[in-house]
Amino acid sequence: MAGKATLVVHSGDMDKLYSALIIANGALSMGMEASLYFTFWGLERLKKGGLEKGPLSRMNLLGLGKWMVKRRMKKAKVVSLEKLLQDFKELGGKIIACEMTMEIMGIKPEDLRQDLIDDYGAVGAYIQEAKESTITLFI
Amino acid sequence: MAEMKIDVRGETCPVPLVEMRKALRKASPGDIVEVIGNHPASKKEIPMAVKALGLELMEVQQEGEIWKIRIRR
Repeated sequence: MAGKATLVVHSGDMDKLYSALIIANGALSMGMEASLYFTFWGLERLKKGGLEKGPLSRMNLLGLGKWMVKRRMKKAKVVSLEKLLQDFKELGGKIIACEMTMEIMGIKPEDLRQDLIDDYGAVGAYIQEAKESTITLFI
Repeated sequence: MAEMKIDVRGETCPVPLVEMRKALRKASPGDIVEVIGNHPASKKEIPMAVKALGLELMEVQQEGEIWKIRIRR
Protein backbone atom coordinates (compact mmCIF):
# COMPACT_ATOMS: atom_id res chain seq x y z
CA MET A 1 0.00 0.00 0.00
CA ALA A 2 1.32 3.39 -0.89
CA GLY A 3 -0.12 6.66 0.32
CA LYS A 4 1.13 9.42 2.49
CA ALA A 5 0.14 11.20 5.69
CA THR A 6 0.99 14.86 6.26
CA LEU A 7 0.31 16.33 9.68
CA VAL A 8 0.56 19.94 10.73
CA VAL A 9 1.79 20.02 14.34
CA HIS A 10 0.55 23.43 15.42
CA SER A 11 -0.01 22.66 19.09
CA GLY A 12 2.82 22.34 21.56
CA ASP A 13 0.62 20.56 24.11
CA MET A 14 2.08 17.32 25.34
CA ASP A 15 -1.03 15.22 24.72
CA LYS A 16 -1.49 16.56 21.19
CA LEU A 17 2.13 15.86 20.37
CA TYR A 18 1.53 12.28 21.48
CA SER A 19 -1.49 12.06 19.16
CA ALA A 20 0.47 13.43 16.22
CA LEU A 21 3.44 11.12 16.71
CA ILE A 22 1.37 8.01 17.34
CA ILE A 23 -0.68 8.62 14.19
CA ALA A 24 2.44 9.34 12.15
CA ASN A 25 4.22 6.23 13.42
CA GLY A 26 1.10 4.19 12.74
CA ALA A 27 1.04 5.45 9.15
CA LEU A 28 4.72 4.56 8.67
CA SER A 29 4.16 1.14 10.23
CA MET A 30 1.37 0.47 7.77
CA GLY A 31 3.59 1.23 4.84
CA MET A 32 2.70 4.86 4.20
CA GLU A 33 5.05 7.80 4.00
CA ALA A 34 4.65 10.43 6.70
CA SER A 35 5.60 14.08 7.06
CA LEU A 36 5.26 16.26 10.14
CA TYR A 37 5.14 20.00 9.57
CA PHE A 38 5.99 21.76 12.85
CA THR A 39 4.65 25.29 13.22
CA PHE A 40 3.82 27.79 16.00
CA TRP A 41 3.67 26.16 19.45
CA GLY A 42 4.51 22.82 17.90
CA LEU A 43 7.86 24.14 16.74
CA GLU A 44 8.70 25.17 20.32
CA ARG A 45 8.84 21.46 21.13
CA LEU A 46 11.65 20.98 18.61
CA LYS A 47 13.85 23.43 20.47
CA LYS A 48 16.75 21.80 22.25
CA GLY A 49 15.42 20.49 25.57
CA GLY A 50 11.86 21.53 24.69
CA LEU A 51 10.29 18.22 23.74
CA GLU A 52 8.73 17.28 27.07
CA LYS A 53 7.98 20.86 28.14
CA GLY A 54 4.47 21.10 26.72
CA PRO A 55 1.49 21.43 29.07
CA LEU A 56 -1.64 19.29 28.90
CA SER A 57 -4.22 20.76 26.52
CA ARG A 58 -6.86 20.46 29.27
CA MET A 59 -6.71 20.27 33.04
CA ASN A 60 -3.03 21.12 33.17
CA LEU A 61 -3.69 22.74 36.57
CA LEU A 62 -0.35 24.56 36.58
CA GLY A 63 1.46 21.34 35.86
CA LEU A 64 -0.27 19.17 38.45
CA GLY A 65 -2.57 17.62 35.85
CA LYS A 66 0.34 16.96 33.55
CA TRP A 67 2.29 15.35 36.37
CA MET A 68 -0.64 13.05 37.14
CA VAL A 69 -1.16 12.09 33.51
CA LYS A 70 2.56 11.44 33.04
CA ARG A 71 2.53 9.19 36.10
CA ARG A 72 -0.39 7.22 34.70
CA MET A 73 1.26 7.02 31.29
CA LYS A 74 4.39 5.62 32.90
CA LYS A 75 2.29 3.03 34.69
CA ALA A 76 0.60 2.11 31.40
CA LYS A 77 4.08 1.86 29.86
CA VAL A 78 3.50 4.55 27.23
CA VAL A 79 6.85 5.39 25.66
CA SER A 80 8.45 8.85 25.73
CA LEU A 81 8.03 11.49 23.03
CA GLU A 82 11.75 11.14 22.34
CA LYS A 83 11.35 7.42 21.60
CA LEU A 84 8.37 8.12 19.32
CA LEU A 85 10.41 10.71 17.42
CA GLN A 86 13.39 8.38 17.08
CA ASP A 87 11.09 5.62 15.78
CA PHE A 88 9.50 8.10 13.39
CA LYS A 89 12.90 8.97 11.95
CA GLU A 90 14.07 5.37 11.83
CA LEU A 91 11.00 4.39 9.80
CA GLY A 92 11.74 7.12 7.28
CA GLY A 93 9.45 9.91 8.51
CA LYS A 94 10.18 13.47 7.46
CA ILE A 95 10.19 16.56 9.68
CA ILE A 96 9.73 20.05 8.29
CA ALA A 97 10.21 23.17 10.43
CA CYS A 98 8.14 26.26 9.61
CA GLU A 99 10.40 29.15 8.62
CA MET A 100 7.82 31.84 9.30
CA THR A 101 7.40 30.64 12.89
CA MET A 102 11.17 30.81 13.26
CA GLU A 103 11.11 34.44 12.11
CA ILE A 104 8.17 35.44 14.32
CA MET A 105 9.50 33.77 17.43
CA GLY A 106 13.13 34.57 16.79
CA ILE A 107 14.14 30.90 16.62
CA LYS A 108 17.46 30.19 14.92
CA PRO A 109 18.26 26.84 13.28
CA GLU A 110 20.89 26.19 15.95
CA ASP A 111 18.18 26.55 18.66
CA LEU A 112 16.38 23.56 17.14
CA ARG A 113 17.03 19.83 17.18
CA GLN A 114 18.75 19.74 13.82
CA ASP A 115 19.29 16.00 14.22
CA LEU A 116 15.54 15.60 13.67
CA ILE A 117 14.74 18.22 11.04
CA ASP A 118 14.93 17.23 7.39
CA ASP A 119 13.85 20.50 5.86
CA TYR A 120 12.81 24.08 6.51
CA GLY A 121 9.84 25.42 4.63
CA ALA A 122 6.82 27.68 4.45
CA VAL A 123 3.23 27.10 3.38
CA GLY A 124 4.31 26.02 -0.10
CA ALA A 125 6.24 23.11 1.37
CA TYR A 126 3.18 21.99 3.31
CA ILE A 127 0.87 22.25 0.28
CA GLN A 128 3.36 20.36 -1.82
CA GLU A 129 3.42 17.54 0.74
CA ALA A 130 -0.31 17.67 1.46
CA LYS A 131 -1.56 17.59 -2.11
CA GLU A 132 -0.01 14.22 -2.66
CA SER A 133 -1.22 12.91 0.70
CA THR A 134 -4.22 10.68 1.35
CA ILE A 135 -4.32 11.77 5.01
CA THR A 136 -3.77 15.29 6.26
CA LEU A 137 -4.43 16.45 9.80
CA PHE A 138 -4.05 19.69 11.70
CA ILE A 139 -3.14 19.02 15.31
CA MET B 1 15.47 -18.09 4.98
CA ALA B 2 15.89 -16.17 8.17
CA GLU B 3 13.46 -15.92 11.04
CA MET B 4 13.31 -12.95 13.38
CA LYS B 5 11.64 -12.85 16.78
CA ILE B 6 10.34 -9.59 18.20
CA ASP B 7 9.30 -9.54 21.84
CA VAL B 8 6.98 -6.65 22.67
CA ARG B 9 5.45 -8.11 25.81
CA GLY B 10 4.60 -5.28 28.19
CA GLU B 11 4.72 -2.66 25.43
CA THR B 12 1.71 -0.61 24.46
CA CYS B 13 0.47 1.27 21.37
CA PRO B 14 2.17 2.10 19.01
CA VAL B 15 5.32 0.18 19.95
CA PRO B 16 4.27 -3.35 18.83
CA LEU B 17 3.26 -2.00 15.43
CA VAL B 18 6.42 0.10 15.06
CA GLU B 19 8.72 -2.74 16.11
CA MET B 20 6.97 -5.08 13.67
CA ARG B 21 7.56 -2.57 10.89
CA LYS B 22 11.21 -2.08 11.83
CA ALA B 23 11.77 -5.85 11.71
CA LEU B 24 9.98 -6.18 8.37
CA ARG B 25 12.14 -3.42 6.89
CA LYS B 26 15.24 -5.35 7.90
CA ALA B 27 13.89 -8.70 6.67
CA SER B 28 14.46 -9.98 3.14
CA PRO B 29 11.58 -11.20 0.98
CA GLY B 30 10.56 -14.66 2.20
CA ASP B 31 11.89 -14.11 5.73
CA ILE B 32 9.60 -14.72 8.67
CA VAL B 33 8.99 -12.24 11.47
CA GLU B 34 7.41 -13.47 14.66
CA VAL B 35 5.96 -10.92 17.06
CA ILE B 36 5.11 -11.86 20.66
CA GLY B 37 3.14 -9.46 22.80
CA ASN B 38 0.26 -8.98 25.20
CA HIS B 39 -1.22 -5.59 24.26
CA PRO B 40 -4.78 -6.58 23.21
CA ALA B 41 -5.33 -3.86 20.57
CA SER B 42 -2.08 -4.71 18.79
CA LYS B 43 -3.31 -8.25 18.18
CA LYS B 44 -5.95 -6.73 15.89
CA GLU B 45 -3.77 -3.96 14.52
CA ILE B 46 -0.78 -6.00 13.41
CA PRO B 47 -2.85 -8.19 11.03
CA MET B 48 -4.41 -4.97 9.68
CA ALA B 49 -0.95 -3.55 8.99
CA VAL B 50 0.23 -6.81 7.43
CA LYS B 51 -2.70 -6.62 5.01
CA ALA B 52 -1.96 -2.97 4.24
CA LEU B 53 1.66 -3.86 3.57
CA GLY B 54 0.54 -6.62 1.21
CA LEU B 55 2.37 -9.33 3.17
CA GLU B 56 1.33 -12.79 4.28
CA LEU B 57 -0.19 -13.29 7.72
CA MET B 58 0.83 -16.86 8.51
CA GLU B 59 -0.50 -17.40 11.98
CA VAL B 60 -2.15 -15.70 14.95
CA GLN B 61 -2.02 -17.61 18.22
CA GLN B 62 -3.28 -16.74 21.66
CA GLU B 63 -2.25 -18.38 24.91
CA GLY B 64 -3.65 -16.72 27.99
CA GLU B 65 -2.76 -13.04 27.69
CA ILE B 66 0.10 -13.62 25.29
CA TRP B 67 -0.38 -13.56 21.55
CA LYS B 68 2.00 -14.62 18.84
CA ILE B 69 1.78 -13.43 15.22
CA ARG B 70 3.85 -14.84 12.38
CA ILE B 71 4.35 -12.81 9.21
CA ARG B 72 6.12 -13.69 5.98
CA ARG B 73 7.73 -10.81 4.18
